[in-house]
Amino acid sequence: MIQTDTSPKPRRNVELVLIVLALAVGVGASALVSINSDVGLDRDFWFQSSLLAVAAFAFHMVLRLRAKYADPVILPIVVALNGLGLALIHRMDGPGDDTGNNQLRWTLIAMAVSIAVIWFLKDHRILRRFTYISLAVSAFLLLLPLIPGISAGEILGARVWIRVGPMTFQPGEIAKITLAIFFAGYLSSNRDLILLAGRKIGPMQFPRFKDLGPMITAWLVSIGVLVFQRDLGSSILFFGLFIVMIYVATSRISWVVIGLLLILGGGFIASQIFSHVAFRIDSWINAFTPEVFGRSPGGSGQIVEGLFGMADGGLVGTGLGQGRPDLVPFANSDMIVALIGEELGLIGLFAVVMLYLLLFTRGFRAALGTRDAFGKLLACGLSFAIALQCFVVIGGVTRLIPLTGLTTPFLAAGGSSLLANWIIVGLLLMISNTARGPVDTTPMVGKPPASSSTPGTRKPATGQTPSAPTEAVKQQ
Amino acid sequence: MNDISELTITALRFGFLLLLWVLIFSIVTTMRRDLQIGRKAVTGAPTAREVRKHPELAASPPPAIQHARTLVVTEGPLKGTTVPLAASPILLGRAQEATLVLEDDYASGRHARLFPQGSRWFIEDLGSTNGTYLADQQLTRALPVELGVPVRIGKTVIELRP
Repeated sequence: MIQTDTSPKPRRNVELVLIVLALAVGVGASALVSINSDVGLDRDFWFQSSLLAVAAFAFHMVLRLRAKYADPVILPIVVALNGLGLALIHRMDGPGDDTGNNQLRWTLIAMAVSIAVIWFLKDHRILRRFTYISLAVSAFLLLLPLIPGISAGEILGARVWIRVGPMTFQPGEIAKITLAIFFAGYLSSNRDLILLAGRKIGPMQFPRFKDLGPMITAWLVSIGVLVFQRDLGSSILFFGLFIVMIYVATSRISWVVIGLLLILGGGFIASQIFSHVAFRIDSWINAFTPEVFGRSPGGSGQIVEGLFGMADGGLVGTGLGQGRPDLVPFANSDMIVALIGEELGLIGLFAVVMLYLLLFTRGFRAALGTRDAFGKLLACGLSFAIALQCFVVIGGVTRLIPLTGLTTPFLAAGGSSLLANWIIVGLLLMISNTARGPVDTTPMVGKPPASSSTPGTRKPATGQTPSAPTEAVKQQ
Repeated sequence: MNDISELTITALRFGFLLLLWVLIFSIVTTMRRDLQIGRKAVTGAPTAREVRKHPELAASPPPAIQHARTLVVTEGPLKGTTVPLAASPILLGRAQEATLVLEDDYASGRHARLFPQGSRWFIEDLGSTNGTYLADQQLTRALPVELGVPVRIGKTVIELRP
């Protein structure tokens, strides 16, 4: 609401300097891994490093062309995290393993998709038109792994993968973006109804069921499907996203209280019904009991080996390529945080946590700065999704909360997670572009303003075409 | 690898940790400038140092603010209706759940939203078909409504009065 009189600065040169530093982190990690293994700085190393650098600079050039005022910090942080992840995954590759190269391929695909999103979408407010389509797409994506034929079946106790040609893909990762778009679109236009209309019972005001219907549908779809898919981590992520976005939209603390109670109640019920949830909780509380440690399905060996690894790393770590993370199952995906703790030590792990924290604050900064309610909610939801994922993973690995199968954003091996998180970065960059750029006076619903020569306003920075709206506004 | 000494590897190990934190400190330094923009934007007032250098920047004391207390319909089917303004937002439109139900064929169900922020009231169009006009300018985003400035919704015109 408050007009800034400071002129907006693109700050792309600062971004370029930071990207060079971020690449130094990623390439430096790769170099250390190569030096400490037997191969040395071979052709693979130079090939991977130069590809990552080319992709990062290409992304930077696209921002110069299409999103001049985007946040200069987001891209360097993500490049650093992704580069570090590539090095660590490459480090875990045994002879004949191709996970590192696969991750590099997915990184390039994900960056290309993210660039395409920025290039073709131009303005995040267009997504508001797809509010209900996003809900349908989310439901479809979440149901995909249950359909026989394309389902990749049950892998590691969860049915969340589909088979696309030779690769497996986790559609739930993309669903978190479409769900965030739906929540943002629905809440930005119905916020007042949820807030104002409704019965008051005691000190609390309950919204009418009619106004909450679509929200409850969205929640039931995500939770219901995830119960059938047995994916605990994602259901926590979706539910957290739901609670946070409704809290941000209505600023009622009662939503958070209700949400936390529902999580605790739901967790208790799930631990009584589902054996895999019960195993998770047991191996969290009684991790060091020998029978729990050695239990074949659902034992705590993974967590405990990770903790031992981190203890071995101590303050400064054993050095990249010099620890024994091969003792930990899934050290390159679920337990990559334990690998960082072991080889880079507490100092290195805190640096990584700090990078996530900075990324999260930049997402919220974009939300605070942008002028439309939809963009605010979307930026909040997307950056919160990344933050919650970090909390669930790092909390699980350090035995603060039960370990659940979520991926560490940008670090862990896994193409679908990488793709989804790079798309989130693209959207955050686009929102920050409108937040930091000159005041954009184009209407939210795509209608050209009555008089284009409004005094005191500047032309929008993004070259939004003044074409007629593609979607008519519904008369209610 | 035997051609690289133990010492070099240790130096590289610590060098990498240093590099990680150099990156973080550069990022934080970059962000500092942003926080300053935020501060200026919020107050919008010149600092004491700037006023000392350029006395003309010193703002004259702001005129006494008159708070809006009522909303008056000045034109349209509901002409003469007044609505007292409290601290909660007001929904304008034809829908039954609106705070002020407009019996106006040119208004949308949920047409516009009038909400208080600080000491002022803002109007925001909720994606209506025929648009909301603040002093003959079609709204494209939320704008503050000053006292006595007409807001047109369909054939209805409302005003804020002290």
